[in-house]
Amino acid sequence: MTERSLHIGLGLALTGLLVASLLTGVAEVAPLTALKALVTGGEGPLGLVMREIRLPRAILAVLVGASLGLSGAAMQGLLRNPMAEPGVIGISAAAALGAVIALQTGLAASFALALPLAALLGALIGVAAILFLAGRGGTLALILAGIALSALASALTSLVLNLSPNPFAAQDIVFWMMGSLADCSFTHVAIAAPFMALGGLLLARTGRGLDALTLGEEAAASMGIDLTRLRLAVILGTAASVGAATAVAGTVGFVGLVVPHLLRPLVGASPARLLPAAALGGAVLVLIADIAVRKVLPGQDLKLGVLMALVGAPVFLNLIWRMRGQP
Amino acid sequence: MSLMQLDNLTVRRGGRVTLHPTSLRVEAGEFIGLIGPNGAGKSTLLHAALGLIAARGQSSLAQLSPRARARAAAWLPQQREIAWGLRVAALVALAQDGREDAPQVAAALARMDVAALAQRPATALSGGEQARVLIARALAQDTPLLLADEPIAGLDPAHQIACMALFARLAAEGRTVIASAHDLGLAARHCTRLWVLHQGRIVADGPPRTVLTPALLREVFAIRCHLAEAEGGLILQPLAGVAP
Repeated sequence: MTERSLHIGLGLALTGLLVASLLTGVAEVAPLTALKALVTGGEGPLGLVMREIRLPRAILAVLVGASLGLSGAAMQGLLRNPMAEPGVIGISAAAALGAVIALQTGLAASFALALPLAALLGALIGVAAILFLAGRGGTLALILAGIALSALASALTSLVLNLSPNPFAAQDIVFWMMGSLADCSFTHVAIAAPFMALGGLLLARTGRGLDALTLGEEAAASMGIDLTRLRLAVILGTAASVGAATAVAGTVGFVGLVVPHLLRPLVGASPARLLPAAALGGAVLVLIADIAVRKVLPGQDLKLGVLMALVGAPVFLNLIWRMRGQP
Repeated sequence: MSLMQLDNLTVRRGGRVTLHPTSLRVEAGEFIGLIGPNGAGKSTLLHAALGLIAARGQSSLAQLSPRARARAAAWLPQQREIAWGLRVAALVALAQDGREDAPQVAAALARMDVAALAQRPATALSGGEQARVLIARALAQDTPLLLADEPIAGLDPAHQIACMALFARLAAEGRTVIASAHDLGLAARHCTRLWVLHQGRIVADGPPRTVLTPALLREVFAIRCHLAEAEGGLILQPLAGVAP
């Protein structure tokens, strides 16, 4: 398959799923009526539902999926390891800690944007810590710093849960951490989109460096790649994308791990060519999952992160099963 | 103008000097064999010359920006890393910013006898084939200077000879190759100049016939060798180890 036909195929799937996502929801509406209401604003509550509830949700599914897929591909390229994922540098754990603290302290209830802003602040502190610990060091320092940061953020999240005097707050926290795109508005889009755009821009420019890294760090350096700058671009790009995704959607795993893995054989294994494909693929996967959570158990509020892990883990196991015996 | 100039290049690691002050000049059209026992500092010298590790003193290559250095010198590391299963042609084309149709790519594939493997995933090849593909990648960078750390280790005899002959031919064309090697026989026969490293110092520098004396071989390598001339070149066959 050529790269062009892959992009066209993923683009078509994305468009179709975007429409399907707009037509999925609690209110059963004929497709044409719903789309008409989306365009014209329609009469009564339907226009509001389409424009203020379903449209931002669908847009966020695309943005979150693209961010996770892209940063997963970049992180695997940087670490030269197909098991790497965006969470490996600890930014998603740090963002989650920020959100959990906002929920626990009641800040999240005080104004609508408190939770995503607290999560972004958590991501910012997390990336500052990573850069301080591993900004000048090598790949190993980056992985170790990421493990340490993840462990610390998870421990603090557990501590907050542990000390939570109010069982409802604890329940809120647990549900939030499962990840979901329900109840997202255009305000969430407005908060997340700039960071995701910045992250995407940083990551999109790393292709040449990641390709050269295929031959190892020494060879890449001798081919004119500034490794410190490349590492910085991937860290900051991932932090911005994943921090923003976690802030609006909670922790959604597996996208950044599975999507690059699935698409790698279709782009000739080139890390640079994997970047755009993984962004499209991530958007497609999250759209599918977000439609599924509404279709499978309607009225039960099945969480996106739960479904992703339920489906993602067996898919991943199957991949490993098929890879066995191969070098 | 020389292709590479080292002035008092010195490397310390863990409080120990692994490369004593070294000054060398490299001109166009040389095939330099860097020889010395394990731990003599061969890789250290090459790394420091390229600016890949911290060093005191000066190296004309290390002073260049990464991009300018990539145009001045290609580097073949000892570790043969291929992280992803790129096709061989795509892997070699990394040296030309991914342009597989660049003439340097086709030339490098042909020169390393891997053109027939061009469409195979590089990770599916044997170790020796991968080594040749990686040499082809370095050649495709099309630089006046090529530095290679043990390029022929792990190749079969025919490809070892072909690779050394190719480097000699590149030198005859006006490029310069600096390659570390353990096979003294091949180095003696194909190199135009030898650098002998011993305990972090260059102890000999010159054409193989003047450098490879029985005294030096005993002193530095602790071996006794048969030295002769045949088919227009030097023959060196190690015979036995001797007490240094």
